Amino acid sequence: MKDFVELISAVEITNKTNAKIQALVDYFTKASDKDKLWLISIFTGKRPPRPVTSTLMKQWCMEIIDLPEWLFLESYSTVGDLGETLALLLPEPTHKTDKTLSDWMQDVIRLKPKSEEEKKAYVLNAWSGLNMQERFIFNKLIGGSFRIGISKKTLVNALAKYSGIDANQLMHSIIGNWDVNSISFEALLNGDHINYDNSKPYPFCLAYALKKKLDELGNIEDWQVEYKWDGIRGQIIKRNDEIYIWSRGEELVTNQFPELIDAFKAIKPDFVLDGEILALKDSNVLFFNDLQKRLNRKNVSKKLLEEVPVGFYVYDVLEFENEDIRQETMAIRRQILENFFSENELPNYIKLSEVIQVKTWGNLKAIREGSRSINSEGLMLKHKHTEYHVGRKKGDWWKWKVDPLTIDAVMIYAQKGSGRRSSKYTDYTFAVKKDDGLVTVAKAYSGLKDKEITEISRWVNKNAIEKFGPVRTVKPELVFEIAFEGIALSKRHKSGVALRFPRIKRWRQDKTVNDIDTISSVKSLIHAN
Amino acid sequence: MKLIRFTKKGLYCVPGKFYLDPWYPVDYAVISHGHADHARWGMKHYLCHYHSKPILQHRINSDISIQSLGYNEPITINGVIVSFHPAGHIIGSAQIRLEYKGFIVVFTGDYKTTDDGLTVPYEPVKCHEFITESTFGLPIYKWLPDAILKQQMQNWITTNQSNNRTSVFFGYSLGKAQRIMKMLEGMDDIYVHNAIHKLNEAIVSTDIKLPETRLITSNFNKKDIQNKIVILPPSLLGSRLLKRIPNAATAVCSGWMQIRGNRRWRSVDAGFPVSDHADWDGLLSAVKATEAEKVYVTHGSQATFSKYLNEVGIPSEEVKTEYGEDQLNEVEAKASTA
Repeated sequence: MKDFVELISAVEITNKTNAKIQALVDYFTKASDKDKLWLISIFTGKRPPRPVTSTLMKQWCMEIIDLPEWLFLESYSTVGDLGETLALLLPEPTHKTDKTLSDWMQDVIRLKPKSEEEKKAYVLNAWSGLNMQERFIFNKLIGGSFRIGISKKTLVNALAKYSGIDANQLMHSIIGNWDVNSISFEALLNGDHINYDNSKPYPFCLAYALKKKLDELGNIEDWQVEYKWDGIRGQIIKRNDEIYIWSRGEELVTNQFPELIDAFKAIKPDFVLDGEILALKDSNVLFFNDLQKRLNRKNVSKKLLEEVPVGFYVYDVLEFENEDIRQETMAIRRQILENFFSENELPNYIKLSEVIQVKTWGNLKAIREGSRSINSEGLMLKHKHTEYHVGRKKGDWWKWKVDPLTIDAVMIYAQKGSGRRSSKYTDYTFAVKKDDGLVTVAKAYSGLKDKEITEISRWVNKNAIEKFGPVRTVKPELVFEIAFEGIALSKRHKSGVALRFPRIKRWRQDKTVNDIDTISSVKSLIHAN
Repeated sequence: MKLIRFTKKGLYCVPGKFYLDPWYPVDYAVISHGHADHARWGMKHYLCHYHSKPILQHRINSDISIQSLGYNEPITINGVIVSFHPAGHIIGSAQIRLEYKGFIVVFTGDYKTTDDGLTVPYEPVKCHEFITESTFGLPIYKWLPDAILKQQMQNWITTNQSNNRTSVFFGYSLGKAQRIMKMLEGMDDIYVHNAIHKLNEAIVSTDIKLPETRLITSNFNKKDIQNKIVILPPSLLGSRLLKRIPNAATAVCSGWMQIRGNRRWRSVDAGFPVSDHADWDGLLSAVKATEAEKVYVTHGSQATFSKYLNEVGIPSEEVKTEYGEDQLNEVEAKASTA
């Protein structure tokens, strides 16, 4: 397992994507084909079901180490990861076990149907033969998931660098239907099990933020104006009765959105559509944090499908009836898209992005301001007489986002983060004034610089009321500007308001708790919208 | 009469009328070791181990009033017998033993229970009351033996050299830097920052020998440094100097590097859990060896460690002090960028 341990150590410490890719390439150069397949399998979510729960692993560890429960929890809250906490607390190994990644994974499969006693004997024996870092990795292989920043995209880029094969094709290959025990590494890379011609995506055309004055853009008649939506930009491909959904991050996300597959399955013509994947309920667009609940899941449950239904707003068409039409003008592509919608029966959650009809630039300002009320994040301006570019090209597409709302609030609770941030206080709860006291209005994960987080953590350590556990109540002293996308009255919240997507805009070291907003000044923002 | 009172200015020896490692200016300060959170400026008189003397003179001022002693050389101050005993933390570090009318208190300052080959190793001292630090007072902190850490660090340098990279280590200029020098002695040329260089000069002015190093000057020649070993204080992470070092691979040496989250937080290429503090087992064995009736726990995991001691039948209390890594970081940062 030495190579795998080295890989994990190298990847987990760096936040540079190139260093991660290099570590993966080094691994691919050294490891056996079987180990490579397992590595790809593990980091694409194709893992055998876990044979042991983390609760059991914790219980077995506690039996060995003989420490009080509270001290274990204190340790856990410092480390921020159960598998790592166990690895650190267990006594020194008594012997040395050396198995390949494939061996360990075959053990994981074999262990699944065994009795609890047999599982315990196996795990205890493994622990006593591994050092700290190996034990941590073993715990992850057997009972958990790796969260060390190897995304599918990073993995694919490393494979592309190693093999020279096109990254998007590799993305399709590794996501496609394959099994470690019935494919060779070479066949997987070559994509023998897939048909890449069917899934091949186009690069997205991207917009710049609008910095100019509107009238500098020329005649408004030359511009197609649409709402800008905060979802996941996606490309839906239908070729030869197969459907593929690519995200803008060039990940193949088809299986995460069964309702989109259903919607397009019955449509006759082949196409490649560009649009936005959005959480939609009763034809209303929900916020990105609702959509987030749907992302990166292995299986989408029925309950989740009902709770956060997903739809697709179509912006553009890039290929129609197997013909690449990206060099056609926006106006022509839009015409093809409109015909497509009128000729085909699509469910109501597949919508053609509305074109906003305005006669003057002046009228557009009010429309942009109003976009928040329908949960849009502003406007898109697309020049009607230009082709669909590759990537960003200045001048043809502009995004004109609405500014977020902001309030000043004071921190009252702080909580430690996880992963890289497990040693620092990064999750804060904020309050504004109400009568003579304070009332909680938002919880936000720190969007601050590392240096500020370090400074605030130090302050929390000095000013906290509790000594144990993960949450610290602090003196209401530190003031922050909180930005958010929307605000509504809410009966569920003590403050009476719910903020949409709150985040820390900046630390207001120039302000004291006397300068923060009151709940009535916060509520007045509702009517202003 | 209580022998030690915990006051706003520091730990006060009532009959002796002196303070131990005070954080506000006082008339008479007995100092455990030269780190900036323990040896502060502004005292009218200092007493420390003779290895710490040139360090204090360098860090605070050369004309301070200072007296020094060796280990196990008791003197009497206002009827209190004061002696220094090896703490094994850094060069010159001492536990301070106080005896008055047969009652004994030991204050550890900072300590580690293992031998680093450079510092006089820790010696347990029996006492009635023991005042211990608790920087790493959680059972997740268990240090690897020096031989293994040394091997890991040397392997890292070898890999860097084969990739044409310069190995840059970050560690406090007093203590950690000399420890790293010792661990890497003989591997290749070791370059140190001026803050470390100055301390090395102070240290070798006593009877201590340090591995050979070169000074990294502000206008260093890149060719000289390429593929070599460089040691810098932690405040120079992300500095201009670091950016000028050709193909730098960076590593932090600190006990905190035991935790993955901390390693990742620092955005460096490697983290080695090299600590000059006692780990969990070290703290426990130290407490037990003193046979103290009462244990006061200072800076670190004081709440956790004292709660645990009480649970295992050792009466304990936590004490609020101004010592600790944060304090040290602040002062170090100012010192090394100045």
